[in-house]
Amino acid sequence: MSSQSPETGPRTLFEKIWNSHLVSPESPETPAVLYVDLQLIHEVTSPQAFSVLRERGLRVRRPERTVATMDHSTPTTPRDGSGKIPITDPEAAKQLDQLEKNCADFGVEIHALGDAHQGIVHVIGPELGLTLPGSTIVCGDSHTSTHGAFGALAFGIGTSEVGYVLATQCLPQRRPKTMEIRLEGTLKPGVTAKDIILAIIAQIGIGGGTGHVLEYTGSAIRQLSMDERMTVCNMSIEAGARAGLIAPDETTFVYLRGRPRAPQGAEWDRAVARWKALPSDPGARYDATVTIDASVLEPMITYGTHPGMGMPITGTLPSPDALSDASAKASLERALKYMGLTGGQKLLGQPINVVFIGSCTNSRISDLRLAASMMKGKKVAGGVRMLVVPGSQEVKHAAESEGLDRIFKEAGAEWREAGCSMCIAMNGDQLKPGQYAVSTSNRNFEGRQGAGGRTFLASPATAAAAAIAGKVADPREMAPSQMGRA
Amino acid sequence: MEKFTTLTTKTVVLPTQNIDTDQIIPARFLKVTDKEGLGKALFSDWRYEKDGSPKPEFVLNKPEAKGAQVLVGGDNFGCGSSREHAPWALADFGFKAVVSSSIADIFRNNATKNGVLPIVVPAEVHRKLLESPGMTVTVDLEGTELRLADGTKARFPIDPFARYRMLNGIDELGFLLNQDEKITAFEDARSHA
Repeated sequence: MSSQSPETGPRTLFEKIWNSHLVSPESPETPAVLYVDLQLIHEVTSPQAFSVLRERGLRVRRPERTVATMDHSTPTTPRDGSGKIPITDPEAAKQLDQLEKNCADFGVEIHALGDAHQGIVHVIGPELGLTLPGSTIVCGDSHTSTHGAFGALAFGIGTSEVGYVLATQCLPQRRPKTMEIRLEGTLKPGVTAKDIILAIIAQIGIGGGTGHVLEYTGSAIRQLSMDERMTVCNMSIEAGARAGLIAPDETTFVYLRGRPRAPQGAEWDRAVARWKALPSDPGARYDATVTIDASVLEPMITYGTHPGMGMPITGTLPSPDALSDASAKASLERALKYMGLTGGQKLLGQPINVVFIGSCTNSRISDLRLAASMMKGKKVAGGVRMLVVPGSQEVKHAAESEGLDRIFKEAGAEWREAGCSMCIAMNGDQLKPGQYAVSTSNRNFEGRQGAGGRTFLASPATAAAAAIAGKVADPREMAPSQMGRA
Repeated sequence: MEKFTTLTTKTVVLPTQNIDTDQIIPARFLKVTDKEGLGKALFSDWRYEKDGSPKPEFVLNKPEAKGAQVLVGGDNFGCGSSREHAPWALADFGFKAVVSSSIADIFRNNATKNGVLPIVVPAEVHRKLLESPGMTVTVDLEGTELRLADGTKARFPIDPFARYRMLNGIDELGFLLNQDEKITAFEDARSHA
């Protein structure tokens, strides 16, 4: 199950973080006890964890290492006259009330609906400067892998484990394996971080990273901004890996410096000195390595019902008849039937009904800038609904101060409050049965964006191109002048 | 959590690959503050028509599925979301084990905390199970072995601690709470670093 970490000699970034958080090492009989520096919580996966604390008479061991927000079931509809965001779903309202009560009872910081820092849990952690290199971060959400972009070991956990961390600040863990995903070369114009990760998942498969922590390395990764690195790490789980890591560097430090919760002053200098020792040592060994030539990647789009079913946007769908494995053939047939598509067809030109720009994958300010640069002076095609949902109140505020909201609204798009929205379709933002969406989110599972809805995952550029064209379109054809890297 | 005892039961087979936790329980059922009664939402979109009536062709709605405690799924079972509602729903429905050629990490972790044993078997054993829905199998956690009606025996990997916990019907909270001194020592050492 686990390869032992060398006590001396070159170590990976993962090994350095793992070793420095061991409260007790693992044995054949018992797992390691791993210290958790930060737990992020939200309304959907925490109520039952707090119930366990109450049942067993436990307190939150380190409330100062716990931060809550509301994102999954929150409405993103515009505020009413009083500035409040109306909650019309009684179940959601109850869950949100419960989170507020739990946080009040147990002394946990919360960024509730209406708070200036409310937003998607994986967007607010980094923007507040809570997400720090070398730390361990957990959340009852599989996209916690996002925070790995800062060189933090961050992974999703279940609700029982949320309770464990609340009570003990620790998790029982077996050491995962490591996989290096090395991306060398320079991206072609019009190719984004989303295209990188969709290409990786298409290559290694939806279960290709199971049992592993991924570390993304290479010159193509070094060139990415923090927002872009977060997009890459975010979807590590879609390859089956609980965590994705990128070593911290100057880009990381520039992003974090001055953030409200990041170290300040002399403490900042000491922190940076520590963080500079985190990158994997030369000669450090991974359990597996995959090398990808970033210079040949194209804008990607998914065609099926899991994120591994992706292809270059100019490509043609695979045909089930070409597959020899019976299970794989049946899976593809099922996916194509659900999607209403046929093997061998192209997706370019496929009419669509909805465009969703948002989610913890692609709802940050650079994502909105990229989409807005393509939408400026254009109109959303007739009959197409476009939702733009900023990842946090801070992103929303920044976008509005730059006038991005006006660009979207003038194009005919809906400009919303922050939250998970149509990525998980818990809050009323959802597809109707049979509708096609180009979505910047992370999952195209059956019904993910609404029962019967059909999702094409793509970058914000490809989503914006589809909104304008009313069909799947190559972003490089739509706005060639805008397609430098965001 | 009940103690896991050796069980002999028939299987239900869902051969689809990559059954994700959104299929096991769609997100709209996650607006709950407890974990009771989620079995009715298990595989909801596959199991029910839009009007709520059961789809007769779906395997869980067939008479032969009644009483089956082992679910055999296609490759890479339980991928996707970390929602523990997935094993809550499976357990509430009556499943005690899921069998596949591979099982996703977070689902596997969550399952063992809720009396649902994740069993990974070699491809040829998996194929046999997929091809024989309703086969009677014996799940022996003590001996970490799955025995098929045709005499096939497959040892399955399970973390020794997870095995111990499931056999004794306990979660990991007690283990962690017992580490209190070590946790405090760790915190103290760091604050002085």
